Parts: sequence; C-alpha cells; structure tokens
Amino acid sequence: MTALDTAPPGQAPPVTTPRPRGRRPRVAPFVGIAVAALIAEIVPRTGVIADGVLPPLSSVVAELVSEAGEATLWQALGRTLRTWAIGLTAAVVAGVAAGLLIGLVPVLRAVTASTVEFLRPIPSVALIPAVILIFGTDFESGVVLIVYAGFWQVLVQVLYGIQDVDPVTYDTARSYRFGLRARVLHVVWPTTLPFVFTGIRLAASVALVLAITGELVIGTPGIGQLISVAQSSGATTRMFALVLLTGLLGTLVNVGFRYAERAALGWHPSVRRSENAR
Amino acid sequence: MTEMVTVKGLNKVYESTGRRVEAIGDITFAVARGEFACIVGPSGAGKTTLLKCLAGLLAPTAGEVRIDGTPVTGPPPGMAVVFQEYGRSLFPWKTVRQNIDLPLRQKKLPRDRREKLVTESLAAVGLADAGDSYSWQLSGGMQQRVAIARAIAYEPQVLLMDEPFAAVDAQTRADLEDLVRSLWRSLGITTLFVTHDIDEAVYLGERVLVLSASPTHVLDDVRIGLPADRDQVTSRSTPEFAALRARVHRGIQDAKAGRRGTGAAA
Amino acid sequence: MSLLRRTLLALGLPAALVALWWVTSAGSTSYYFPPLPEILDQFGRLWLSSRFTADVVPSMLRLLAGFTVSAVLGVALGVALGLTDALRRGAEPVLEFVRAVPPTVLVPVIAIVAGIGDGSKTLVIVSGCVWPVLLNTVEGVRAADEVMVDTCRVYGVHGTARLRHLVLPAAAPQIAAGLRQSLSIGLILMVIGEMFAATNGLGFSIVQFQRTFAIPQMWSGIILLGLIGFVLSALFTVVEKRALRWYLGLRESQRRNG
Repeated sequence: MTALDTAPPGQAPPVTTPRPRGRRPRVAPFVGIAVAALIAEIVPRTGVIADGVLPPLSSVVAELVSEAGEATLWQALGRTLRTWAIGLTAAVVAGVAAGLLIGLVPVLRAVTASTVEFLRPIPSVALIPAVILIFGTDFESGVVLIVYAGFWQVLVQVLYGIQDVDPVTYDTARSYRFGLRARVLHVVWPTTLPFVFTGIRLAASVALVLAITGELVIGTPGIGQLISVAQSSGATTRMFALVLLTGLLGTLVNVGFRYAERAALGWHPSVRRSENAR
Repeated sequence: MTEMVTVKGLNKVYESTGRRVEAIGDITFAVARGEFACIVGPSGAGKTTLLKCLAGLLAPTAGEVRIDGTPVTGPPPGMAVVFQEYGRSLFPWKTVRQNIDLPLRQKKLPRDRREKLVTESLAAVGLADAGDSYSWQLSGGMQQRVAIARAIAYEPQVLLMDEPFAAVDAQTRADLEDLVRSLWRSLGITTLFVTHDIDEAVYLGERVLVLSASPTHVLDDVRIGLPADRDQVTSRSTPEFAALRARVHRGIQDAKAGRRGTGAAA
Repeated sequence: MSLLRRTLLALGLPAALVALWWVTSAGSTSYYFPPLPEILDQFGRLWLSSRFTADVVPSMLRLLAGFTVSAVLGVALGVALGLTDALRRGAEPVLEFVRAVPPTVLVPVIAIVAGIGDGSKTLVIVSGCVWPVLLNTVEGVRAADEVMVDTCRVYGVHGTARLRHLVLPAAAPQIAAGLRQSLSIGLILMVIGEMFAATNGLGFSIVQFQRTFAIPQMWSGIILLGLIGFVLSALFTVVEKRALRWYLGLRESQRRNG
C-alpha cells in the first residue's frame, strides 16, 4: 500500500508508460545471437561439460564451411530434401482431399471422428520398425513416416476450417440455389484456405523432422545418416556441424513457410484467427 | 469543502516514431470531497487519456494530479476504477465473489471483513444470489454491476468510471444510472464519471465538466442544480434539465467546430 | 437412443477396421503381416506380464520425468520472457533456431554430453518438449488483456499475486495447447531415445524384436505404443477440460452472443 510515494510535486512521476513502439533501434536480436554464440564458443573451451569433447562454435562453423565444399554434403542434402518434398506433397494432397470429403459429409464426419482421434496421437516413429522391414533403407521409408505424420496435421486443420464456415453464408448460398460445386468453390474453400495453409506449414516442419529422423534411425542416405555416421565414428565436430545445418534448414523451412503463408493470405480477413488455431 | 481530486496544468503528448500527438492540451480542475462530477467531451477528446492519468495508469507529460493532496505517481491506493469493457475487466477464471475479493486480499483485510464487504456490495448492486457464478454466465448489465460491486467493496476515496454504460442496452443503462446515483447518495464516494452522453452527464452529476476536442481543454464547468432526488422520467422532462442539456450540448458543438468556449479553461 | 447412436458412431468404424484386419490377415502367410490373432496373443503374453514392469514402466517414468521438467522449465522461462520485452526480443532468433533443430538429432549430441543413462534419456525428452511449452507460454503471457492488466494495477495486484491471479490463468489455455504438443513430441523422443541406446524400454524392445525378426512381437509393440499415445492424449483432454472449465464456458458464451 505504498503506491503513493513522496516524489516532489512538478517532477515527472515514474509511472510506466505503454511500450514504446519501434523507437529504439532493433539491437536486441543481435545481442541475443551474439550472447548465444559467445556461450557456444566459450563453454566448450572451459571443458566443464563432457570432459572437453564439445567443440567450440568457431570450429563447428569452420567444419561446416569446409564440408560445404564437398559433394557428399550436397548429395545428402538433396536426398533429404527429396524425401521431404515427396512426403509433404503426398501428405498435403491426401490430407486436403480426405478433409474436404469428411468435413462436407456429416455422416462421414460422425463415423470417422473416433477413428481420427484414435489414430492421430499414435507416434509416427512407432512405425519405424515396420517400415524398415518393408522398405529397408530406401527413401520410401521416410516418405511413409512423413505422410503418416503430415496427413493428420493437414486433415485436422481442414476440418477446423470447414467447421469455421459461417452457416448463414452457407445457407444463403443454398437459398440462391448454388450447386454443391459452387458452394464448395465459393463458400467452403475460401474459408478453409487459411487453415489449409496453417496445416501445410505445420506439416512442412514435421516432415523435415521425420525425414532427418528416418535417416538417422533407419540409415537411409541423407543428412540424418551422415549425423549417425559421424557419431559412431567419433567425429564430434563434424556431427555438431551437421546438427547446426539441420537447425539452419529447419529455420529456413519455418520462416519460409510462415512468410509464404502471409504473402499468400495477406488479404484474408481470418489470417490472424487461423494463426491462433490449434 | 476540501478538494479531493486536483488536476493542475495536465498535458499529455504521445510520441511514436516521428509522430507527435498532443492528446491533452492543458487541463485544470478540482473536484470536492464527496462530489459527483461528470466529464463529457466529443469522441476523440482524450477522455480516456485523462482518466488514465487520473488513475495513475499513464504518466502525464506535464502538470500533476493530486488525490487528497498527495501527488499521483502510480495507481493510488484509495481509488477504484470501473472500465467500459466489463467483459475484459472481470477475470473469467474467477467467480463473481472471487473477483470482488481479490483487491480486498491485496489490501490484507481479515477474512471475515472481506466476506462481509463482498456480500454487502453484491446486495447493494442487486446481485446477492450471483456470487458463485462466473462473470461470463451473466448478462452484460450484470457484469457491469459486478464491476461496480468490486469498486465499492474496495471502499475507495475516489471512484473513477470510464464510459461504464457505453456497451449496454438502453433499459439496462437507465437502471445502472439509477444504481450509481443511489450508491453515490448512500456512500458519498467522490465520483468522476466520464461519458460522451450529455443527457447521462446532466442526469447523474452535480457538476459537468465539458472538454474540448483534442488537444483537450476544459471548455465549461456546469453546476447541475437539479434536486438530489432524481428520476428517469420526471427529472429529464423538467425545463431546468432541458436548459442544462442545451448549455452542455452547445459547448460540445462548439468543441467539435473547433471554437473555444469561455468556460473554466482560463 | 442417442447414447446408443453415439456409441455406435464412435465404435462402428474402429470395430469395422479391426474386423477387416482380422479377416484379411486370417490366412496370411506373409512373413511381415502375420495374422491379427497371433499379434494379439503376443500382446497379451508380452505386455501384460513381466515386460510391463521391465519395459513399459521405465519408459513411462522417463516420459513423465521429461514432461514434468519441460512443463516447469517452459512455463518459468516463458513467463520471464513474456514479461520482459527486451529479454524476449533478444532470445527470439536464438529460440527460432533451437526450436527448428529436429529434436531427434539431439539424441546423439546428448549421448555425448550426458552419456546413455536414464538422465540422458530424460534430457532427450526435455530437449524437444520444452519449446512448445515455452513459446506458447510467451505468447499467452503477452496476450493478457490490457484492461485486465490495468485492473490489476488499479487494485494493487502486483508481484506474485499478479502472477497467480492474472498472468498464469490468462496464459493457461495457451500453455495447455503447448503442453499437448509437448506430450506427443515427448512420446516420440522417448521411443527414439530408447531405439538409439538403451537396455530396456519400449523403443528398445520394439527395435530388438525387429532386429531378431520377431514380427508378431514387433507389431504388438507398435500397437501398444499407439494405445499409449491414445490414452495419454485422452487423459490430457480430461485434465484440460477440468482445469480450463472457465475457458470453455467463456468461449461457449462468446459464441452464443456472436
């Protein structure tokens, strides 16, 4: 109860003002990166963690740069991205198609609800042993994992989107005797589109994780396999360089898809809402 | 009469990247202990900015606000505020009783005292039975009653109300106006009531301060000489009421047109 | 009637799918797809007996430990970042990067740093689980309603009371969303961690079965993992519905009033 202090009259009171907007130069992000980089450089040098086997950031970066001069890395990267792209495309197509079908046919929706709720939380990695047996170390193993995990992301978002269609708008379209095709094209699809994009964005990052995970665990050629090889051969610095690379790749995918989503849907009134959709 | 709220040379300038907006030009007024003052102004007159400065939520660029002689440098302890957005001012995760109780707990009042205050304030706003509901289970008018109950249970020296009835329907609004008026008469809390509704200001207040368009000054300071006992039908149809309303209305029109009135601003 | 209808709708398709699997696999001579009864037989024999305590319990304990640590750490850091603007802006690009690293590639990294014991397995889970909680908490804290913030200031609610009565409850729905994501990531990382290097646990067993070509056993393990995923998600929903009753009610009333 001492909110009233004894500041002399006339002096500007120290009441907090609302956040200043964009007045300060944007240095904080750079400071943050610099601090993190410094920690990653110094802590390994002190040797307090893991008996000094951790390489400092500078040698990890140097390693990554020298790796970038070799064809192996680029080949592996190409393979990983191919698995990612094929899996993601298949997941999106299947998810959108199934989502529209289930969402638009109330009977299907009622019948499949429990099955979707049951299958969705099954961890995709549970399938790893099965895909190893069936596909071995071929890249299809990774594709199967990606399709399984990405499909649910897209499907659920599409279902959210169709649920979001304004019933009044839908009924208006019906009362003007719009056919099913026109209703889907002019009412359902525009409402659902932002949700589809959200689903694609989520699926894209899940797909990358699974592409690399598949290679890591199964041994399919790609970045993940390189990490596994580096680990078993004790090439610690190389391993960290590859981990750094996966992080950069992941950031690129996340930021890229977020940017694409905003660019494609900037006009859409529900962009903000769909960003909050779970 | 002693002064409860003193505003002297208040000025507020918002500054953001290269833009400078003077919301409040120069406001000076005082409200006596136990007085009911309404503040009206055209929309965009910086009414909310003024109220936030009074509540200690916003630091003025120049000038000062004093409550009971003490300069305001942050939300003062003896002040309660009723916000316009009742739905966003009550905590949806708390029941009505818990909402009213929370500020009392911060005051470190003993439990039985708190319970008494909560029960009494709920009864005073006509919601004796709604204590265990959540705010979102109530209608808009009832939610604003809860916010008023929370304010009076706090036993403030000064009660600030920021367009509290702008978002409720007309009938509820009339009921709430009478509620606020009768609470003021029975409790005698110094009350500052911000509104854009001239009729409401004249009907409720003992005094109406008319604000200019931004940068804001006080254009007129009108004593409302209506009898203390007021009634939605009879009070509003008296010639005195009409005359007062006309005076305030003219002030507002002048303010919109950008003409300076000859009120208390000087 | 409606209950019967609902039960039929909920169980109809799963029952049909199981029946389909049963029938199509009945006479299966395929090495990789053994008949369902054989798998179920192994399921009962393996997981409902000694392996439950030897493999399932340790796995679940690791998951529980990792999830709990992530929740506490994520909420604590998230609140700190959400309330401190400068800190948050500084941490943003770093978080963006760390979050984008596929959590599974940290398994070998953590094996180097922390060995391959239970602590390391838990750390693997935390390394992936903490981010959704953290990021959602930051968002939730920042989205606290301005009028509520002002209300707290006016009525002198600050410090720990503010944290308890405003910041945490306001962020709770978003924190719950983060926890839900974390739970499924945690399960994945639990399995991967055990597949990589372990001496017991579900992930370890399933990989062992696959390597020794114990196919029905392997499938029974996959089914068990699926069941665990489903049960955990259902449990989470129950807890969430109870804890966030106010939020569901609030949304419901907002929807009704447009």
